[in-house]
Amino acid sequence: MDRVRDLASQKAAVIFTRSSCCMCHTVKALFYELGASPAIHELDRNTNGKEMEWALREQMGCNPAVPAVFIGGKFVGSAKDIISLHVDGTLKQMLIDARAIWF
Amino acid sequence: MGSRGVKVGANDGNKVVNEIMPSYVPPISAPNPIGTEGSSIRSSRILDFGTLEQSLGFRIEDAVDITRNSLFNQIKSSGQALGNDVQFGGLNKSLGPSDVKMSSFVGSQTVSLPKDSQTKVASVSGCIRENWGESSMADASPRTDTSTDDTDEKNQGLERNQLAVVAASDSSDKSKEKAGDQKTLRRLAQNREAARKSRLRKKAYVQQLESSRLKLTQLEQELQRARQQGIFISSSGDQSHSMSGNGALAFDVEYARWLEEHNRQINELRAAVNSHAGDTELRTIVDNVTAHFDDIFRLKGIAAKADVFHILSGMWKTPAERCFMWIGGFRSSELLKLLVNQLEPLTEQQLVGICNLQQSSQQAEDALSQGMEALQQSLAETLASGSPGPSGSSGNVANYMGQMAMAMGKLGTLEGFLRQADNLRQQTLQQMHRILTTRQSARALLAINDYFSRLRALSSLWLARPRE
Repeated sequence: MDRVRDLASQKAAVIFTRSSCCMCHTVKALFYELGASPAIHELDRNTNGKEMEWALREQMGCNPAVPAVFIGGKFVGSAKDIISLHVDGTLKQMLIDARAIWF
Repeated sequence: MGSRGVKVGANDGNKVVNEIMPSYVPPISAPNPIGTEGSSIRSSRILDFGTLEQSLGFRIEDAVDITRNSLFNQIKSSGQALGNDVQFGGLNKSLGPSDVKMSSFVGSQTVSLPKDSQTKVASVSGCIRENWGESSMADASPRTDTSTDDTDEKNQGLERNQLAVVAASDSSDKSKEKAGDQKTLRRLAQNREAARKSRLRKKAYVQQLESSRLKLTQLEQELQRARQQGIFISSSGDQSHSMSGNGALAFDVEYARWLEEHNRQINELRAAVNSHAGDTELRTIVDNVTAHFDDIFRLKGIAAKADVFHILSGMWKTPAERCFMWIGGFRSSELLKLLVNQLEPLTEQQLVGICNLQQSSQQAEDALSQGMEALQQSLAETLASGSPGPSGSSGNVANYMGQMAMAMGKLGTLEGFLRQADNLRQQTLQQMHRILTTRQSARALLAINDYFSRLRALSSLWLARPRE
């Protein structure tokens, strides 16, 4: 979990993914669309990936474990949350607040 | 069982009875042989009775015809064995010694008829007729209840006849036979009783069978009808929480039902809007419609678990709707584009809100579309990879299995995409209602419904168009 938090606080927008996960691809695409450049951590290519995935699922309650989005170091949610937040404009605001994007 | 030719000697009444007593069983499974046998028997009987006819002065042939026909019908219909023919035995007994041959069409047993006593034979001939007819109808499974009733009646009539014949024979026979008669009579009576009881039991059983069969066909029909209507019958019999079994069919029907209810609610809304109803009333109806929308999303989710491809295929929609479908449903950004013009007047804030909503919706749709494309590509790669080696090598089989497993995993994510697409649709609608006033929401819902109704109507027209 610490590793997760560590990585999550390194950049304004951080997304934990798996290289084979297509929903992760969707979330990434959305962030790029918004002009953000999130840090992407592919857990299946990471040495501690399994551990982190477990931490995300069990300790953060993120189900499915990936994609897991952190904005400004705070856990935001998985794909479903991101879409919901995006539709009502909250996501954009969060990104602006965290200085991931400017407008 | 089988053919037994029994010739009755002059003084051997009892023996006749004993030997005739066992039931003679017809060749059950082959009614046709009986038919042919019958015809041959008929002719043979005619031969046998030729002499008798002359001496008896009546047409045995007639008697035989009647009984033969009835017996054939019975045997054909049931193929059942003729049971203990008590009467026959009794008849023979009462006839006493004689030399007439009678071949039975069932077992080719022959029984002698008395040649000498004219009166006896006359009454006996009546017995023969009733006897054979009665026995055949009794023991062949009665097709109708009346046959058994007739049987019973005939039974009693026969008993009367028999007793009469017995009495006649008693009076004219030697007294030494009287004791034997009594015993025989008792036995005959018991046999008759037993036979009658068994006939009644069989009748009851057959009735039961028939009614059960009727019930079964009725149930099957109901089930068929119900299945067609999409009430899906789960094997556990739990109907209220449907949606696990026949996902596609059940969903189609659920959707049809949902659409019906939706149209009804829209009509209610339209009436309220046209009659310039108050905001509270409108709000209630709008909330109802929105909640009803949530219903179909929930249903789709459940159906997607059972059969994601059915939902994605859009076969539950009309053709024109299907054409503009996106990941198992409508495109919210398109919908908003349609609405903007119809929702005038909008405040500045509202306009901005709607435009932003449209843009967000578009972006989310694009992201999801990209995800779907990535999925397709990944799946294609998975299935395409693998060296084309010699078939049958275990390495290739393992490869193949691995490939399939991976592909299966990827397919599983389809449901997730459908879910997120529906989520997007739901969120967009909710956000729209937040931006608009009650009245505007009402008009928006009506406009959405108009659009889709026209699409559906277009589909119908298209399907019904005259083709050259």
